[in-house]
Amino acid sequence: MANLKDLSKNPERVTGGHRLCAGCGAGIVARQAMIAAGNTPVVVTSATGCLEVSTTIFPYTAWKNSFFHSAFENSAATCSGIETAYRSLKKQGKITEDIRFIAFGGDGGTYDIGLQSLSGAMERGHRMLYICYNNEAYMNTGIQRSGATPLGAHTTTAPAGKAHQGKEQNKKDLTQIMVAHNIPYVAQAYVGNWNDFITKVQKALSIDGSSFINILTPCRLGWNYKPEDTMSLARLAVETCIWPSFEVEYGVYKINVMPKEKKPVTEFLKPQGRFKHLFKPENAPILEAIQKNVDNNWELLQRKASAGCQA
Amino acid sequence: MIKTVFSKGKLVAKTGNEVMAEAMRQIEPDVVAAYPITPATEIVQIFSQFVADGVVKSEYIAVESEHSAMSATIAASAAGARAMTGTSSQGLCLMWEMLYIASGLRLPIVMAEVNRAISAPLNIHGDQSDTMGARDSGWIQIYSENSQEAYDNMIQATRIAEKAKLPTLVTTDGFIISHCMEVVELYPDADVKAFVGEYKPERYLLDTKKPYTLGSIDLQDYYFEHRYQLAQAIRDSKDIILNVAKDFEKTFGRKYEMYKKFMLDDAEIVIVVIGSTAGTAKVVVNELREKGIKAGLLKIRVFRPFPTEQIAKDLAHVKAIAVLDRADSCSGAFAPLHADVVSSLYAAGVTTPKVINYVYGLGGREISTKHIAEVYETLVKIASGAQKPANQVEYINVRKK
Repeated sequence: MANLKDLSKNPERVTGGHRLCAGCGAGIVARQAMIAAGNTPVVVTSATGCLEVSTTIFPYTAWKNSFFHSAFENSAATCSGIETAYRSLKKQGKITEDIRFIAFGGDGGTYDIGLQSLSGAMERGHRMLYICYNNEAYMNTGIQRSGATPLGAHTTTAPAGKAHQGKEQNKKDLTQIMVAHNIPYVAQAYVGNWNDFITKVQKALSIDGSSFINILTPCRLGWNYKPEDTMSLARLAVETCIWPSFEVEYGVYKINVMPKEKKPVTEFLKPQGRFKHLFKPENAPILEAIQKNVDNNWELLQRKASAGCQA
Repeated sequence: MIKTVFSKGKLVAKTGNEVMAEAMRQIEPDVVAAYPITPATEIVQIFSQFVADGVVKSEYIAVESEHSAMSATIAASAAGARAMTGTSSQGLCLMWEMLYIASGLRLPIVMAEVNRAISAPLNIHGDQSDTMGARDSGWIQIYSENSQEAYDNMIQATRIAEKAKLPTLVTTDGFIISHCMEVVELYPDADVKAFVGEYKPERYLLDTKKPYTLGSIDLQDYYFEHRYQLAQAIRDSKDIILNVAKDFEKTFGRKYEMYKKFMLDDAEIVIVVIGSTAGTAKVVVNELREKGIKAGLLKIRVFRPFPTEQIAKDLAHVKAIAVLDRADSCSGAFAPLHADVVSSLYAAGVTTPKVINYVYGLGGREISTKHIAEVYETLVKIASGAQKPANQVEYINVRKK
């Protein structure tokens, strides 16, 4: 477990003054990940997206470590190129210090357009941590549906209307796809629990191989809630078991945050404008379907964890 | 009997792909990231064997696509490594987005490229549509007539790219050069390494003492200046290319310029062409010269940057010119090389030569001395005024119906 007193001594490497929205979860993810890295030099790559465009408006930068962006779909391939350059130069004695590598991408850049690049980099086993700050839609371009958008959510390309009620498909289970890559460390985390996330980042960075963290990151604009509720909303995702916090270390499942009492999914859905239409009486079956999905998935996860299940 | 030009040179029989891989072994980049594609596969396949055998210090990334190949090469270069890749055709197409980023970020990547037709229809044979499609991407483009040139160009490209801070690609014609066994003079490793020198990037991501942000969003205030600087860097790279060529000649004895003139100075009719077809055309020029016909040839070596002022001077005296393009632009007008030759002439106030344009050899379609001779015959008629030059692109050896 991370210790707040120790963490407070770590350098801040994502500075204030960036242009992310008030209440944005992505800035919290980036800042905490960098605090987790402590004093170890880190090179960061990022997919095109909110985090990148809001922290690097030329000639300014919010990053005190080296930061590199080139395109949308290639954060993982990019990070793998830098990590390989590092290995080559280190082998030749041109670099002596230890450097770690973190790739960021939103869910669009990770679940969808960047999936091939991510899969390739993870399969090749580069020593890098990929963090997907998952806000469940293409927020940077204005809230379009992605493979991470959950059933029933309103987005601008799967909107709620007279004939359709938001997204009609379930979200893709990317965390399981990453588990299936047989990499040493895969985890789900959420904004609103610094200790859980920072501990996971530290564990991932300590492992000699590829690691992946999928962190649920509320977007106050796309999810349509009050900016001050970012933390509490993400916690509700864990308390309702819509987004469990767990890790898979060398194939062994462990649930990291066990809700005291499993809340109904409506407690997570209700405060968000993107699910507003689901609370019309005629949409009750959609709410039931969501609850049923969550119940099934949570049951399955608990069984995997209690059995010390190998992926 | 073929003799070496360089005192320490060694003659070997190798294909275009083999000598490109050999140049890469000697340059010994820090990182190579690549994906297989016919007819360029061999280059990186041979190179990965060098890595497997431990004869190079390079790290090889066997990426899952050409998009990732270029992404990883860009990233390795930005990180501070000397980085190279190789591809062809569809692979170059898949890299398209990243080609512009490589140049926009001013990264001195070197690419071994093998020219191949692009789909559809699917075809694996040689034409220059792939790199012509990337002509505006901000890469220096150096074409090779044969394996010797491919080898020499690769060695020069590394120095050019790093001095100009521009990505540079060296091409051969698919199968015609890439798979053709020729006698090539190779130079000793030590001499190549000494010529190429050590790579010392000014600024790089792995420099933890001077960390920096690269790849920022660049809005209305700065983007235009950065793109202007890129375009200017391409213009300025002409001198760099010529200086590297001079140094190469001094070291290894072979002379390179932006383009090669063959019987051009007193020529009345001239073909302008790129790549292996120049070798075929030279045979025809020699035959015509024996008959007293003043035929000449101009072979483009460096297509980007385009040697615009110089080419206008060297073609000003010519009566009729045929520009042969091994790529079509589907522009509704003319093919890429023709457009550049004509605008170069016109911009320099050279309006007397009649210029015609032919597209030839798409998808590896044969181009023989007979076809070239027919082009010169047409040029003779145009030069004498017996025939009017066509005002649209014409096609060699194609069935139109």
